[in-house]
Amino acid sequence: MEWHAHLTRGTFPPTIRAAMHALSIRNLKKVYPNGVQALKGIDFAVEAGDFYALLGPNGAGKTTAIGIVCSLVNKTGGEVRVFGHSIDSELEAAKSCIGLVPQEINLNLFDTVQNIVLNQAGYYGIGRALALQRAEKYLKELRLWDRRFDTARNLSGGMKRRLMIARALAHEPKLLILDEPTAGVDIEIRRSMWNFLRRINEQGTTIILTTHYLEEAESLCRHVAIIDEGRIIEDARMSTVLRKLQREVFVLSLRDPLQAVPELPGFEAVLLSPEELEVAVDAQHDLNALFEALNSRGIKVLSLRNKANRLEEMFIGLVETRQEAGAAVS
Amino acid sequence: MNLRLNWIALCTLVKKEFIRVIRIWLQTIVPPAITMTLYFIIFGSLIGRRIGSMDGYDYMQYIAPGLIMMSVITNSYGNVVSSFFGAKFARHIEEMLVAPMSSATIIIGHVAGGVIRGLLVGAMVTVVALAFTRLEVEHPFITLSMVLLTSIVFSLAGFINAIFARKFDDISIVPTFVLTPLTYLGGVFYSISLLPELWQKLSLLNPILYMVNAFRYGVLGTSDIDIAHAYLIVLLFVVGLFTVSLLLLKRGVGMRE
Repeated sequence: MEWHAHLTRGTFPPTIRAAMHALSIRNLKKVYPNGVQALKGIDFAVEAGDFYALLGPNGAGKTTAIGIVCSLVNKTGGEVRVFGHSIDSELEAAKSCIGLVPQEINLNLFDTVQNIVLNQAGYYGIGRALALQRAEKYLKELRLWDRRFDTARNLSGGMKRRLMIARALAHEPKLLILDEPTAGVDIEIRRSMWNFLRRINEQGTTIILTTHYLEEAESLCRHVAIIDEGRIIEDARMSTVLRKLQREVFVLSLRDPLQAVPELPGFEAVLLSPEELEVAVDAQHDLNALFEALNSRGIKVLSLRNKANRLEEMFIGLVETRQEAGAAVS
Repeated sequence: MNLRLNWIALCTLVKKEFIRVIRIWLQTIVPPAITMTLYFIIFGSLIGRRIGSMDGYDYMQYIAPGLIMMSVITNSYGNVVSSFFGAKFARHIEEMLVAPMSSATIIIGHVAGGVIRGLLVGAMVTVVALAFTRLEVEHPFITLSMVLLTSIVFSLAGFINAIFARKFDDISIVPTFVLTPLTYLGGVFYSISLLPELWQKLSLLNPILYMVNAFRYGVLGTSDIDIAHAYLIVLLFVVGLFTVSLLLLKRGVGMRE
Protein backbone atom coordinates (compact mmCIF):
# COMPACT_ATOMS: atom_id res chain seq x y z
CA MET A 1 0.00 0.00 0.00
CA GLU A 2 1.38 3.43 -0.86
CA TRP A 3 2.50 5.95 1.73
CA HIS A 4 -0.31 8.40 0.99
CA ALA A 5 -2.94 5.69 1.10
CA HIS A 6 -1.67 4.78 4.57
CA LEU A 7 -1.87 8.42 5.63
CA THR A 8 -5.38 9.06 4.37
CA ARG A 9 -6.78 5.76 5.63
CA GLY A 10 -4.87 5.89 8.93
CA THR A 11 -3.84 2.27 8.60
CA PHE A 12 -0.38 2.56 10.14
CA PRO A 13 0.10 0.64 13.41
CA PRO A 14 -0.26 2.89 16.49
CA THR A 15 3.44 2.68 17.38
CA ILE A 16 4.47 4.00 13.96
CA ARG A 17 1.72 6.64 14.01
CA ALA A 18 2.97 7.97 17.36
CA ALA A 19 6.44 8.42 15.91
CA MET A 20 5.21 10.42 12.94
CA HIS A 21 2.97 13.01 14.48
CA ALA A 22 2.93 16.21 12.51
CA LEU A 23 2.27 18.06 15.73
CA SER A 24 2.51 16.87 19.28
CA ILE A 25 1.53 19.13 22.17
CA ARG A 26 1.96 18.12 25.81
CA ASN A 27 0.81 20.03 28.88
CA LEU A 28 0.95 23.34 27.01
CA LYS A 29 0.30 26.32 29.27
CA LYS A 30 0.06 30.01 28.65
CA VAL A 31 -0.51 32.73 31.21
CA TYR A 32 -0.54 36.27 29.76
CA PRO A 33 1.15 39.12 31.69
CA ASN A 34 -2.32 40.39 32.71
CA GLY A 35 -2.91 37.08 34.51
CA VAL A 36 -5.27 35.54 31.95
CA GLN A 37 -4.74 31.77 31.77
CA ALA A 38 -5.29 31.17 28.07
CA LEU A 39 -4.12 27.53 28.09
CA LYS A 40 -4.36 25.33 31.17
CA GLY A 41 -2.15 22.43 30.14
CA ILE A 42 -3.52 21.09 26.86
CA ASP A 43 -2.46 17.86 25.16
CA PHE A 44 -3.17 16.79 21.62
CA ALA A 45 -1.44 15.21 18.67
CA VAL A 46 -2.04 15.53 14.95
CA GLU A 47 -1.13 12.61 12.75
CA ALA A 48 0.90 13.27 9.61
CA GLY A 49 -1.42 13.64 6.64
CA ASP A 50 -4.49 14.37 8.77
CA PHE A 51 -7.01 17.15 8.23
CA TYR A 52 -7.56 18.29 11.80
CA ALA A 53 -10.15 20.75 13.13
CA LEU A 54 -9.37 22.76 16.24
CA LEU A 55 -12.65 24.27 17.35
CA GLY A 56 -13.78 26.37 20.24
CA PRO A 57 -15.70 29.50 21.17
CA ASN A 58 -14.07 32.93 20.94
CA GLY A 59 -11.33 33.30 23.54
CA ALA A 60 -11.08 29.55 24.09
CA GLY A 61 -7.32 29.50 23.42
CA LYS A 62 -7.15 28.29 19.80
CA THR A 63 -5.18 31.25 18.44
CA THR A 64 -2.87 31.23 21.47
CA ALA A 65 -2.09 27.55 20.88
CA ILE A 66 -1.41 28.20 17.20
CA GLY A 67 0.67 31.26 18.08
CA ILE A 68 2.88 29.17 20.35
CA VAL A 69 3.33 26.45 17.72
CA CYS A 70 4.34 29.10 15.16
CA SER A 71 6.65 31.04 17.54
CA LEU A 72 4.43 34.12 17.63
CA VAL A 73 3.59 33.71 21.32
CA ASN A 74 5.93 32.65 24.14
CA LYS A 75 4.67 29.63 26.06
CA THR A 76 4.57 29.51 29.85
CA GLY A 77 5.13 25.75 30.02
CA GLY A 78 4.79 22.48 28.16
CA GLU A 79 6.24 20.89 25.08
CA VAL A 80 5.59 21.35 21.37
CA ARG A 81 7.05 19.11 18.69
CA VAL A 82 6.59 19.60 14.96
CA PHE A 83 7.40 16.43 13.01
CA GLY A 84 9.50 15.42 16.02
CA HIS A 85 11.39 18.74 16.23
CA SER A 86 11.06 20.49 19.58
CA ILE A 87 10.40 24.23 19.31
CA ASP A 88 12.74 24.65 22.31
CA SER A 89 15.81 22.90 20.95
CA GLU A 90 15.25 22.64 17.16
CA LEU A 91 13.29 25.78 16.41
CA GLU A 92 14.70 26.31 12.91
CA ALA A 93 13.77 22.77 11.82
CA ALA A 94 10.34 23.03 13.44
CA LYS A 95 9.62 26.37 11.75
CA SER A 96 10.68 25.01 8.35
CA CYS A 97 7.88 22.45 8.54
CA ILE A 98 5.08 24.95 9.22
CA GLY A 99 3.07 27.30 7.03
CA LEU A 100 0.71 29.67 8.81
CA VAL A 101 -2.40 31.43 7.55
CA PRO A 102 -3.28 33.74 10.45
CA GLN A 103 -6.71 34.92 11.51
CA GLU A 104 -5.97 38.64 11.02
CA ILE A 105 -4.91 40.03 7.65
CA ASN A 106 -1.18 40.64 8.18
CA LEU A 107 0.01 41.48 4.69
CA ASN A 108 2.34 44.32 3.77
CA LEU A 109 -0.40 46.23 1.99
CA PHE A 110 2.08 48.38 0.06
CA ASP A 111 3.87 45.42 -1.47
CA THR A 112 2.80 43.60 -4.62
CA VAL A 113 1.07 40.24 -4.55
CA GLN A 114 4.00 38.47 -6.19
CA ASN A 115 6.62 40.13 -3.99
CA ILE A 116 4.77 39.07 -0.86
CA VAL A 117 5.01 35.41 -1.89
CA LEU A 118 8.61 35.77 -3.13
CA ASN A 119 9.72 37.47 0.09
CA GLN A 120 8.14 34.77 2.23
CA ALA A 121 9.90 32.10 0.17
CA GLY A 122 13.15 34.03 0.65
CA TYR A 123 12.70 34.13 4.42
CA TYR A 124 12.53 30.31 4.31
CA GLY A 125 15.75 30.15 2.29
CA ILE A 126 14.13 29.34 -1.06
CA GLY A 127 16.25 30.62 -3.96
CA ARG A 128 14.83 33.17 -6.39
CA ALA A 129 14.28 30.80 -9.35
CA LEU A 130 12.36 28.23 -7.31
CA ALA A 131 10.47 30.98 -5.47
CA LEU A 132 9.26 32.38 -8.81
CA GLN A 133 8.01 28.91 -9.83
CA ARG A 134 6.20 28.46 -6.51
CA ALA A 135 4.69 31.96 -6.68
CA GLU A 136 3.35 31.24 -10.17
CA LYS A 137 2.02 27.82 -9.16
CA TYR A 138 0.14 28.93 -6.05
CA LEU A 139 -1.02 32.32 -7.33
CA LYS A 140 -2.49 30.54 -10.35
CA GLU A 141 -4.12 27.85 -8.21
CA LEU A 142 -5.61 30.50 -5.97
CA ARG A 143 -6.68 32.65 -8.92
CA LEU A 144 -4.43 35.60 -8.11
CA TRP A 145 -1.93 35.35 -10.94
CA ASP A 146 -3.60 38.10 -12.96
CA ARG A 147 -3.28 40.41 -9.96
CA ARG A 148 0.38 39.62 -9.23
CA PHE A 149 1.64 43.14 -9.88
CA ASP A 150 -1.13 44.83 -7.86
CA THR A 151 -0.40 46.01 -4.35
CA ALA A 152 -2.11 43.98 -1.64
CA ARG A 153 -4.21 46.95 -0.51
CA ASN A 154 -6.04 46.87 -3.87
CA LEU A 155 -7.27 43.31 -3.31
CA SER A 156 -10.70 42.38 -1.98
CA GLY A 157 -11.03 40.69 1.42
CA GLY A 158 -11.35 37.24 -0.16
CA MET A 159 -8.31 37.83 -2.35
CA LYS A 160 -6.25 38.91 0.66
CA ARG A 161 -7.19 35.65 2.42
CA ARG A 162 -6.20 33.62 -0.65
CA LEU A 163 -2.93 35.56 -0.87
CA MET A 164 -2.18 34.62 2.73
CA ILE A 165 -2.67 30.95 1.76
CA ALA A 166 -0.35 31.33 -1.25
CA ARG A 167 2.21 33.03 0.99
CA ALA A 168 2.01 30.22 3.56
CA LEU A 169 2.61 27.64 0.82
CA ALA A 170 5.64 29.39 -0.70
CA HIS A 171 8.01 26.97 1.05
CA GLU A 172 5.65 23.99 0.60
CA PRO A 173 5.30 23.22 4.31
CA LYS A 174 4.52 19.72 5.58
CA LEU A 175 2.10 21.23 8.11
CA LEU A 176 -0.30 24.00 7.11
CA ILE A 177 -2.12 25.79 9.91
CA LEU A 178 -5.14 27.87 8.96
CA ASP A 179 -6.69 30.09 11.60
CA GLU A 180 -10.20 30.95 10.37
CA PRO A 181 -9.12 31.19 6.73
CA THR A 182 -12.60 31.71 5.30
CA ALA A 183 -13.85 34.37 7.72
CA GLY A 184 -15.80 36.97 5.76
CA VAL A 185 -15.35 35.15 2.44
CA ASP A 186 -18.34 34.64 0.15
CA ILE A 187 -19.71 31.14 -0.31
CA GLU A 188 -18.38 30.59 -3.84
CA ILE A 189 -14.81 31.48 -2.90
CA ARG A 190 -15.16 29.53 0.34
CA ARG A 191 -16.13 26.40 -1.61
CA SER A 192 -13.23 26.86 -4.02
CA MET A 193 -10.88 27.28 -1.04
CA TRP A 194 -12.26 24.04 0.43
CA ASN A 195 -11.53 22.21 -2.81
CA PHE A 196 -8.01 23.63 -2.88
CA LEU A 197 -7.35 22.60 0.72
CA ARG A 198 -8.72 19.10 0.09
CA ARG A 199 -6.38 18.80 -2.89
CA ILE A 200 -3.22 19.81 -1.03
CA ASN A 201 -4.20 17.53 1.87
CA GLU A 202 -4.57 14.64 -0.58
CA GLN A 203 -1.09 15.46 -1.85
CA GLY A 204 0.26 14.84 1.67
CA THR A 205 0.13 18.19 3.50
CA THR A 206 -1.12 17.89 7.06
CA ILE A 207 -3.71 20.59 7.74
CA ILE A 208 -4.91 22.08 11.02
CA LEU A 209 -7.96 24.27 10.65
CA THR A 210 -9.73 26.51 13.10
CA THR A 211 -13.05 27.88 12.00
CA HIS A 212 -16.35 29.15 13.29
CA TYR A 213 -18.11 27.62 10.28
CA LEU A 214 -18.72 24.15 11.69
CA GLU A 215 -20.12 23.00 8.36
CA GLU A 216 -16.63 23.71 7.02
CA ALA A 217 -14.96 21.59 9.71
CA GLU A 218 -17.47 18.74 9.24
CA SER A 219 -17.03 18.80 5.50
CA LEU A 220 -13.22 18.97 5.44
CA CYS A 221 -11.77 17.46 8.60
CA ARG A 222 -11.26 13.86 9.64
CA HIS A 223 -10.34 14.62 13.23
CA VAL A 224 -11.71 17.22 15.61
CA ALA A 225 -10.52 18.70 18.91
CA ILE A 226 -12.71 21.11 20.84
CA ILE A 227 -11.05 23.57 23.17
CA ASP A 228 -12.93 25.60 25.75
CA GLU A 229 -11.59 27.90 28.46
CA GLY A 230 -8.03 26.72 27.83
CA ARG A 231 -8.78 22.97 28.05
CA ILE A 232 -9.36 20.29 25.43
CA ILE A 233 -12.87 18.95 26.03
CA GLU A 234 -13.12 16.64 23.02
CA ASP A 235 -10.47 15.05 20.81
CA ALA A 236 -11.52 12.25 18.45
CA ARG A 237 -12.15 11.22 14.85
CA MET A 238 -14.93 13.31 13.32
CA SER A 239 -17.10 10.22 12.80
CA THR A 240 -16.70 9.24 16.47
CA VAL A 241 -17.66 12.71 17.64
CA LEU A 242 -20.72 12.84 15.42
CA ARG A 243 -21.87 9.42 16.62
CA LYS A 244 -22.06 10.88 20.12
CA LEU A 245 -24.72 13.28 18.97
CA GLN A 246 -27.80 12.41 21.05
CA ARG A 247 -30.35 14.48 19.22
CA GLU A 248 -30.76 15.99 15.77
CA VAL A 249 -33.31 18.60 14.79
CA PHE A 250 -34.85 18.51 11.31
CA VAL A 251 -37.05 20.99 9.49
CA LEU A 252 -39.64 19.37 7.20
CA SER A 253 -41.36 21.17 4.31
CA LEU A 254 -44.95 19.92 4.09
CA ARG A 255 -47.07 19.44 0.99
CA ASP A 256 -50.32 20.39 2.75
CA PRO A 257 -50.50 23.12 5.39
CA LEU A 258 -51.22 22.09 8.99
CA GLN A 259 -53.30 24.08 11.45
CA ALA A 260 -51.97 22.42 14.63
CA VAL A 261 -48.93 20.45 15.75
CA PRO A 262 -49.55 16.79 14.94
CA GLU A 263 -49.11 14.21 17.68
CA LEU A 264 -45.99 12.18 16.87
CA PRO A 265 -45.29 9.69 19.70
CA GLY A 266 -41.64 9.68 20.71
CA PHE A 267 -40.83 12.87 18.80
CA GLU A 268 -40.83 16.51 19.87
CA ALA A 269 -42.45 18.65 17.15
CA VAL A 270 -42.98 22.40 16.70
CA LEU A 271 -44.93 24.04 13.88
CA LEU A 272 -42.77 26.84 12.50
CA SER A 273 -45.39 27.84 9.91
CA PRO A 274 -48.37 25.97 8.39
CA GLU A 275 -45.95 24.47 5.81
CA GLU A 276 -42.90 23.91 8.05
CA LEU A 277 -42.60 21.41 10.87
CA GLU A 278 -39.56 21.17 13.18
CA VAL A 279 -38.96 17.72 14.65
CA ALA A 280 -36.31 16.65 17.17
CA VAL A 281 -35.13 13.04 16.68
CA ASP A 282 -33.38 11.33 19.61
CA ALA A 283 -30.59 8.81 19.15
CA GLN A 284 -32.89 5.88 20.03
CA HIS A 285 -35.25 6.72 17.17
CA ASP A 286 -34.58 6.82 13.48
CA LEU A 287 -35.99 8.72 10.56
CA ASN A 288 -37.97 5.68 9.32
CA ALA A 289 -39.99 5.76 12.54
CA LEU A 290 -40.63 9.47 12.06
CA PHE A 291 -41.82 8.99 8.47
CA GLU A 292 -44.06 6.08 9.50
CA ALA A 293 -45.66 8.34 12.14
CA LEU A 294 -46.11 11.14 9.59
CA ASN A 295 -47.54 8.74 6.96
CA SER A 296 -50.02 7.31 9.41
CA ARG A 297 -51.38 10.85 9.89
CA GLY A 298 -51.47 11.54 6.17
CA ILE A 299 -48.75 14.18 6.36
CA LYS A 300 -46.70 14.33 3.16
CA VAL A 301 -43.16 15.70 3.31
CA LEU A 302 -41.68 17.54 0.30
CA SER A 303 -38.19 18.00 1.66
CA LEU A 304 -36.13 17.75 4.83
CA ARG A 305 -33.04 19.58 6.14
CA ASN A 306 -30.98 19.71 9.34
CA LYS A 307 -31.87 22.76 11.42
CA ALA A 308 -28.18 23.20 12.25
CA ASN A 309 -25.33 21.10 11.03
CA ARG A 310 -24.52 18.04 13.14
CA LEU A 311 -21.13 19.19 14.37
CA GLU A 312 -22.66 22.51 15.39
CA GLU A 313 -25.25 20.72 17.52
CA MET A 314 -22.52 18.59 19.07
CA PHE A 315 -20.34 21.64 19.71
CA ILE A 316 -23.12 23.68 21.29
CA GLY A 317 -24.11 20.67 23.41
CA LEU A 318 -20.56 20.20 24.73
CA VAL A 319 -19.94 23.87 25.47
CA GLU A 320 -23.35 24.33 27.12
CA THR A 321 -22.85 21.23 29.24
CA ARG A 322 -19.54 22.64 30.52
CA GLN A 323 -21.10 26.03 31.20
CA GLU A 324 -23.96 24.42 33.14
CA ALA A 325 -21.48 22.29 35.10
CA GLY A 326 -19.44 25.41 35.89
CA ALA A 327 -22.55 27.29 37.03
CA ALA A 328 -23.63 24.36 39.21
CA VAL A 329 -20.21 24.23 40.91
CA SER A 330 -20.17 27.97 41.56
CA MET B 1 22.37 27.73 11.95
CA ASN B 2 21.71 27.05 8.27
CA LEU B 3 24.02 29.55 6.57
CA ARG B 4 22.56 29.22 3.07
CA LEU B 5 19.02 29.72 4.38
CA ASN B 6 20.06 32.80 6.35
CA TRP B 7 22.04 34.25 3.45
CA ILE B 8 19.02 33.98 1.11
CA ALA B 9 16.75 35.39 3.83
CA LEU B 10 19.16 38.28 4.42
CA CYS B 11 19.38 39.10 0.70
CA THR B 12 15.56 39.02 0.52
CA LEU B 13 15.20 41.34 3.49
CA VAL B 14 17.86 43.79 2.29
CA LYS B 15 16.28 43.92 -1.15
CA LYS B 16 12.87 44.53 0.40
CA GLU B 17 14.26 47.35 2.56
CA PHE B 18 16.08 48.89 -0.41
CA ILE B 19 12.90 48.82 -2.50
CA ARG B 20 11.04 50.48 0.40
CA VAL B 21 13.57 53.34 0.58
CA ILE B 22 13.41 53.90 -3.17
CA ARG B 23 9.61 53.45 -3.40
CA ILE B 24 8.98 56.25 -0.92
CA TRP B 25 11.89 58.45 -2.07
CA LEU B 26 9.77 61.57 -1.58
CA GLN B 27 9.70 60.76 2.13
CA THR B 28 13.14 59.22 2.50
CA ILE B 29 15.58 61.03 0.21
CA VAL B 30 14.19 64.43 -0.78
CA PRO B 31 13.26 66.01 2.61
CA PRO B 32 16.75 65.65 4.14
CA ALA B 33 18.30 67.11 0.99
CA ILE B 34 16.00 70.15 1.21
CA THR B 35 16.60 70.58 4.96
CA MET B 36 20.36 70.40 4.55
CA THR B 37 20.29 72.86 1.65
CA LEU B 38 18.52 75.31 3.98
CA TYR B 39 21.13 74.68 6.68
CA PHE B 40 23.89 75.46 4.18
CA ILE B 41 22.16 78.64 2.98
CA ILE B 42 21.23 79.96 6.43
CA PHE B 43 24.03 78.79 8.74
CA GLY B 44 26.78 78.47 6.16
CA SER B 45 26.23 81.22 3.65
CA LEU B 46 24.27 83.94 5.51
CA ILE B 47 25.31 83.60 9.19
CA GLY B 48 28.60 81.79 8.49
CA ARG B 49 30.09 84.83 6.71
CA ARG B 50 29.84 86.82 9.94
CA ILE B 51 31.30 83.99 12.04
CA GLY B 52 34.48 83.79 10.01
CA SER B 53 36.73 80.75 10.43
CA MET B 54 36.58 77.81 12.84
CA ASP B 55 39.72 75.74 13.57
CA GLY B 56 41.29 77.40 10.55
CA TYR B 57 38.51 76.47 8.09
CA ASP B 58 35.81 78.75 6.80
CA TYR B 59 32.55 78.12 8.64
CA MET B 60 30.76 76.52 5.68
CA GLN B 61 33.60 74.05 5.26
CA TYR B 62 33.68 73.35 9.00
CA ILE B 63 29.98 72.51 9.35
CA ALA B 64 29.69 70.48 6.12
CA PRO B 65 31.02 67.17 7.63
CA GLY B 66 28.79 67.70 10.68
CA LEU B 67 25.71 68.25 8.55
CA ILE B 68 26.48 65.17 6.46
CA MET B 69 26.85 63.14 9.65
CA MET B 70 23.67 64.63 11.11
CA SER B 71 21.67 63.54 8.06
CA VAL B 72 23.22 60.05 8.18
CA ILE B 73 22.35 59.70 11.87
CA THR B 74 18.73 60.86 11.62
CA ASN B 75 18.00 58.92 8.43
CA SER B 76 19.58 55.65 9.54
CA TYR B 77 17.63 55.82 12.78
CA GLY B 78 14.40 56.96 11.11
CA ASN B 79 14.49 54.27 8.46
CA VAL B 80 14.82 51.33 10.82
CA VAL B 81 12.44 52.63 13.45
CA SER B 82 9.68 53.34 10.92
CA SER B 83 10.22 50.19 8.85
CA PHE B 84 10.34 47.78 11.78
CA PHE B 85 7.61 49.45 13.80
CA GLY B 86 5.46 49.70 10.65
CA ALA B 87 5.88 45.96 10.13
CA LYS B 88 5.01 45.35 13.78
CA PHE B 89 1.99 47.63 13.63
CA ALA B 90 0.62 46.04 10.43
CA ARG B 91 1.70 42.65 11.79
CA HIS B 92 3.57 41.58 8.67
CA ILE B 93 6.60 41.26 10.95
CA GLU B 94 5.02 37.83 11.57
CA GLU B 95 6.23 36.83 8.08
CA MET B 96 9.74 36.92 9.52
CA LEU B 97 8.95 35.64 12.99
CA VAL B 98 7.35 32.42 11.72
CA ALA B 99 10.22 31.79 9.27
CA PRO B 100 13.37 29.85 10.22
CA MET B 101 15.65 32.87 9.60
CA SER B 102 17.69 33.74 12.68
CA SER B 103 17.12 36.79 14.88
CA ALA B 104 20.56 38.07 13.86
CA THR B 105 19.51 37.93 10.21
CA ILE B 106 16.39 39.97 10.94
CA ILE B 107 18.48 42.60 12.75
CA ILE B 108 21.24 42.75 10.12
CA GLY B 109 18.67 43.03 7.31
CA HIS B 110 16.95 45.97 8.94
CA VAL B 111 20.25 47.63 9.85
CA ALA B 112 21.33 47.24 6.21
CA GLY B 113 18.16 49.13 5.21
CA GLY B 114 19.06 51.93 7.63
CA VAL B 115 22.64 52.05 6.35
CA ILE B 116 21.50 52.15 2.73
CA ARG B 117 19.20 55.09 3.40
CA GLY B 118 21.71 56.84 5.67
CA LEU B 119 24.49 56.59 3.09
CA LEU B 120 22.21 57.55 0.18
CA VAL B 121 21.10 60.68 2.02
CA GLY B 122 24.67 61.33 3.18
CA ALA B 123 25.86 61.16 -0.42
CA MET B 124 23.10 63.52 -1.52
CA VAL B 125 23.94 66.01 1.23
CA THR B 126 27.61 65.80 0.20
CA VAL B 127 26.61 66.77 -3.34
CA VAL B 128 24.58 69.70 -1.93
CA ALA B 129 27.57 70.71 0.25
CA LEU B 130 29.86 70.71 -2.79
CA ALA B 131 27.60 73.31 -4.37
CA PHE B 132 28.42 75.65 -1.45
CA THR B 133 31.98 74.78 -0.45
CA ARG B 134 35.07 72.78 -1.33
CA LEU B 135 35.65 69.45 0.41
CA GLU B 136 38.80 67.40 -0.06
CA VAL B 137 38.83 64.15 1.85
CA GLU B 138 42.02 64.02 3.91
CA HIS B 139 41.65 60.45 5.25
CA PRO B 140 39.31 58.37 3.05
CA PHE B 141 39.39 55.22 5.22
CA ILE B 142 38.52 57.12 8.40
CA THR B 143 35.81 59.06 6.57
CA LEU B 144 34.13 55.97 5.10
CA SER B 145 34.56 53.67 8.09
CA MET B 146 33.27 56.30 10.55
CA VAL B 147 30.18 57.14 8.49
CA LEU B 148 29.44 53.43 8.06
CA LEU B 149 29.89 52.60 11.76
CA THR B 150 27.82 55.61 12.83
CA SER B 151 25.05 54.57 10.48
CA ILE B 152 25.13 51.06 11.96
CA VAL B 153 24.99 52.43 15.53
CA PHE B 154 21.92 54.54 14.85
CA SER B 155 20.21 51.86 12.79
CA LEU B 156 20.58 49.53 15.78
CA ALA B 157 19.29 52.24 18.11
CA GLY B 158 16.27 52.70 15.83
CA PHE B 159 15.69 48.95 15.90
CA ILE B 160 15.61 48.89 19.71
CA ASN B 161 13.25 51.89 19.75
CA ALA B 162 10.93 50.04 17.35
CA ILE B 163 10.97 46.91 19.51
CA PHE B 164 9.72 48.84 22.54
CA ALA B 165 7.33 51.14 20.63
CA ARG B 166 3.64 50.34 21.04
CA LYS B 167 2.20 53.31 19.16
CA PHE B 168 3.41 55.77 16.53
CA ASP B 169 4.08 58.44 19.18
CA ASP B 170 6.70 56.15 20.69
CA ILE B 171 8.85 56.26 17.56
CA SER B 172 9.06 60.05 17.56
CA ILE B 173 9.83 60.57 21.26
CA VAL B 174 13.47 59.43 21.10
CA PRO B 175 14.35 61.38 17.91
CA THR B 176 12.69 64.53 19.28
CA PHE B 177 13.86 64.49 22.88
CA VAL B 178 17.14 62.57 22.68
CA LEU B 179 18.58 62.35 19.20
CA THR B 180 18.06 65.94 18.01
CA PRO B 181 19.47 67.62 21.17
CA LEU B 182 22.48 65.26 21.24
CA THR B 183 23.14 65.90 17.57
CA TYR B 184 22.92 69.69 17.90
CA LEU B 185 25.16 69.56 20.97
CA GLY B 186 27.50 67.06 19.30
CA GLY B 187 29.80 69.55 17.65
CA VAL B 188 28.03 69.79 14.31
CA PHE B 189 28.01 73.59 14.32
CA TYR B 190 30.90 74.44 16.64
CA SER B 191 34.17 73.29 18.11
CA ILE B 192 33.83 72.38 21.79
CA SER B 193 36.94 74.49 22.42
CA LEU B 194 34.54 77.45 22.28
CA LEU B 195 32.63 76.13 25.34
CA PRO B 196 33.39 76.84 29.02
CA GLU B 197 35.39 74.03 30.64
CA LEU B 198 32.41 72.45 32.42
CA TRP B 199 30.41 72.22 29.20
CA GLN B 200 33.44 70.86 27.37
CA LYS B 201 33.61 68.02 29.91
CA LEU B 202 29.88 67.39 29.70
CA SER B 203 30.09 67.35 25.92
CA LEU B 204 32.55 64.47 26.15
CA LEU B 205 29.68 62.31 27.47
CA ASN B 206 27.86 62.77 24.18
CA PRO B 207 28.76 59.87 21.84
CA ILE B 208 27.70 61.85 18.78
CA LEU B 209 30.54 64.30 19.45
CA TYR B 210 33.07 61.52 18.82
CA MET B 211 31.39 60.39 15.62
CA VAL B 212 31.06 63.89 14.17
CA ASN B 213 34.63 64.83 15.08
CA ALA B 214 36.13 61.62 13.75
CA PHE B 215 34.25 62.11 10.48
CA ARG B 216 35.36 65.75 10.35
CA TYR B 217 38.92 64.58 10.91
CA GLY B 218 38.53 62.19 7.99
CA VAL B 219 37.32 64.97 5.71
CA LEU B 220 39.19 68.07 6.92
CA GLY B 221 41.93 66.69 9.12
CA THR B 222 40.83 68.53 12.28
CA SER B 223 39.16 67.13 15.40
CA ASP B 224 38.37 68.08 19.02
CA ILE B 225 38.90 64.53 20.23
CA ASP B 226 41.26 61.59 19.90
CA ILE B 227 40.34 59.44 16.86
CA ALA B 228 41.26 56.18 18.62
CA HIS B 229 38.76 57.02 21.37
CA ALA B 230 36.13 57.70 18.74
CA TYR B 231 36.66 54.26 17.13
CA LEU B 232 36.61 52.54 20.51
CA ILE B 233 33.36 54.21 21.52
CA VAL B 234 31.65 53.58 18.20
CA LEU B 235 32.69 49.92 18.15
CA LEU B 236 31.50 49.46 21.73
CA PHE B 237 28.15 50.93 20.77
CA VAL B 238 27.88 48.62 17.74
CA VAL B 239 28.61 45.52 19.82
CA GLY B 240 26.46 46.66 22.77
CA LEU B 241 23.41 47.69 20.76
CA PHE B 242 23.58 44.58 18.57
CA THR B 243 23.70 42.35 21.65
CA VAL B 244 20.75 44.16 23.22
CA SER B 245 18.77 43.96 19.97
CA LEU B 246 19.48 40.24 19.70
CA LEU B 247 18.40 39.53 23.28
CA LEU B 248 15.21 41.57 22.91
CA LEU B 249 14.27 39.93 19.62
CA LYS B 250 15.00 36.41 20.87
CA ARG B 251 12.88 37.01 23.93
CA GLY B 252 10.15 38.44 21.72
CA VAL B 253 9.89 41.67 23.72
CA GLY B 254 7.08 43.80 22.32
CA MET B 255 6.04 41.04 19.93
CA ARG B 256 5.56 37.61 21.48
CA GLU B 257 4.03 38.75 24.73
